[in-house]
Amino acid sequence: MTESDSPALEVHDLTVAYHKKPVLWGIDFEIPPGKLVGIIGPNGAGKSTLIKAAMGLLPLSSGWVEVFGQSLKKTRERVGYVPQRGEIDWDFPVNVMDVVMMGRYGKLGWFKRPGKEDREIARACLEKVKMLPYAQRQISNLSGGQQQRVFLARALAQESDLYFMDEPFAGVDMATEEAIITLLRELCDQGKTLFVVHHDLASVPDYFDHLVLLNLHLVASGPTEEVFTGELLNRTYGGQLTVMAEVAETLRRDEGADSHPQI
Amino acid sequence: MIRNSRQLGGIRRRLPEGRGLAFLLLAAGMILLPGFAEAARITDSADESIMDRAFRFLSFRDPSVRLAVVGCVLLGLCCGLLGTFIVVRQFALFGDMLAHAVLPGIAVGYLWNLSKQPLHLFLGAVVAGLVGAVLVNLIQQTTRLKRDSALGIVLGGFYGIGILLVTLIQRLPGDKSGLKSFLFGSAAALSEADVGLIALVSVVAVLLLGFLFPYFKAVSFDPTFASSIGIPAKALNYLLMLLLAWAVVSALQAVGVVLVSALLVTPAATAYLLTDRLYRMALLAMGFGMLAGALGAFLSALQTGLPTGPFIVLSASAVFCLAFLFAPRHGWVPRWRQRREQSQRIGRENTLKALFHLRESAGIGVKEAGTVTLSQLASHRGETPEEARRQVEELVRHGLAELGGEGTEIQLSPAGRARSAEIVRNHRLWELYLTNAANIAPDHVHDDAEKIEHVLGEEIVAELERALDQPSVDPHGKQIPSLSVSGKESGEEGTP
Repeated sequence: MTESDSPALEVHDLTVAYHKKPVLWGIDFEIPPGKLVGIIGPNGAGKSTLIKAAMGLLPLSSGWVEVFGQSLKKTRERVGYVPQRGEIDWDFPVNVMDVVMMGRYGKLGWFKRPGKEDREIARACLEKVKMLPYAQRQISNLSGGQQQRVFLARALAQESDLYFMDEPFAGVDMATEEAIITLLRELCDQGKTLFVVHHDLASVPDYFDHLVLLNLHLVASGPTEEVFTGELLNRTYGGQLTVMAEVAETLRRDEGADSHPQI
Repeated sequence: MIRNSRQLGGIRRRLPEGRGLAFLLLAAGMILLPGFAEAARITDSADESIMDRAFRFLSFRDPSVRLAVVGCVLLGLCCGLLGTFIVVRQFALFGDMLAHAVLPGIAVGYLWNLSKQPLHLFLGAVVAGLVGAVLVNLIQQTTRLKRDSALGIVLGGFYGIGILLVTLIQRLPGDKSGLKSFLFGSAAALSEADVGLIALVSVVAVLLLGFLFPYFKAVSFDPTFASSIGIPAKALNYLLMLLLAWAVVSALQAVGVVLVSALLVTPAATAYLLTDRLYRMALLAMGFGMLAGALGAFLSALQTGLPTGPFIVLSASAVFCLAFLFAPRHGWVPRWRQRREQSQRIGRENTLKALFHLRESAGIGVKEAGTVTLSQLASHRGETPEEARRQVEELVRHGLAELGGEGTEIQLSPAGRARSAEIVRNHRLWELYLTNAANIAPDHVHDDAEKIEHVLGEEIVAELERALDQPSVDPHGKQIPSLSVSGKESGEEGTP
């Protein structure tokens, strides 16, 4: 199988711009399969942009992304996603089960309804995050940690091999954080690759096998024990990069806003 | 991005005048338009009584009545269904913009060959609506203006042009009878072609949204996730916009430019108050829309000289008011009743607690019978004997106490004794928990416990007892009454 040779994710010379303002410059890295990967960087470093671009949700100014050695179009079903909780209207009239079932929609054909099997998978995924008793709850009646578990259950229901997770630990209680990291470890042990945007530097060495240090450009990518060093962190969070941010801002002003679609 | 959307929400909240402005513009338009008040109606015979008209309507003898009713009901169905997605996606103002923006298109469609050719009117309206939508996006993307302002600008501008054109057309010779009804709607003026158009858009909307319901649900709920699993979010959005434009155009003849958006929003908003599931919301919205359509057609048939649009929209609004007041969970009356019941229960529980304290100081055991006098209760709570009597009578009504000794001695029933012990236990457990686990000074925990004691459930109490290692004394040195051991004494005198 070529499977084991090709990296789970390969990002090559990726540049993304909003309104001509580059938010990611020439990103280049490879992630071997079966790793729990943390994406680390300051606010506005382009972490969410990176995972959205990697999933093909943003137009790329340059570069390409491959998943398991194939283009995104062919591997869409093998990619799962946990978005940030804040991007959702939690008053939306759906219950917990509805949300998790959405994880199955990617495998449905057009004009088809999810069947009994999909329903059972969704229940099993809810059970895994200990949310099955809440299956019929409207989603606004959940705590932040519970909402995050529902999103995880939806991602599990996708049965993907590569997951992108945007700050799954943001705003959850300690118990949920522990439950989530245990679950992520389990997925990793099953050979899945997880790509997790993370904020809390203190827990980084405990949580992740592999790191991507990001601040508009790629600072470093590699196994945690090699990359999680004071010097590299300084370069990620330190001040030298303000020049880059300033240049980006100048570019935006000079070119003026154009009609680039905004997501 | 989150910050941006919050900001947007903030602006939306801070600028409710946007709508008011739109209405001002509308009022100006009305003044500009001479003789609009003489609007169209369903039946033309002015000499009948209301009963006759009602009977004529209900018998469906009139082909024009049949057309009007079928048209209005189908319109309600279609607008209710599309409105569901508009409401959950917070697009209501967009529907409003679209409805107003089509007016110049209709006027131009009429000017094409100076007749009410449905196809020309329709094409003109669709083009104008699409131009409006494109302009809104253009303003939003190339300036710092946010969506609501962009919508307001386009809505006002297009509607102004439309009003001017329609006014000019009024002065031209030729058949222009039906044109005015585009402003306020006239179901009587519905032709077979109009109803055909409504039926077609309803069928297409129901089929498309029905078959693609899971996809539309996913895209409306979480567009980024939907795109990530390969659902073409943008294409579905354009499809929804197109259906919306089509529905608005087909609704104009019956409801009118001004009120179409209400038919889109109100039935769906009513449904939103009644359910937490999207498909139920869609079904309910279709039902409410059809009800509003039928009621509106009927009511406007009763009285000559009144337009149909307002009746349809007012019927929808009446249903909304009912839901607003009486919806089981989100309604105003059930919530008010629930709050009142809760405050009454808290009042009873506070009386029980006072009685417990009195019995405790008198050395009466938790499960023992033993009376306390009304005047003791009154002086303990610093109230008049009448107030105390009223409170105790409330307990008697709920079987928690009895009044003996010619109405002066209070005897708690077994249920009252158990509940009073529960409340005091909750209070003292919570005080202890706050002082032990949260490190709050013992003299700061009383007020908090006054509120918490009424809401602690059995499970949490058990958890508290476990966390505190089955405590027996509260931070003030008072005995925590135990409910499991029978007849346990709690005669300790403590701090006040």
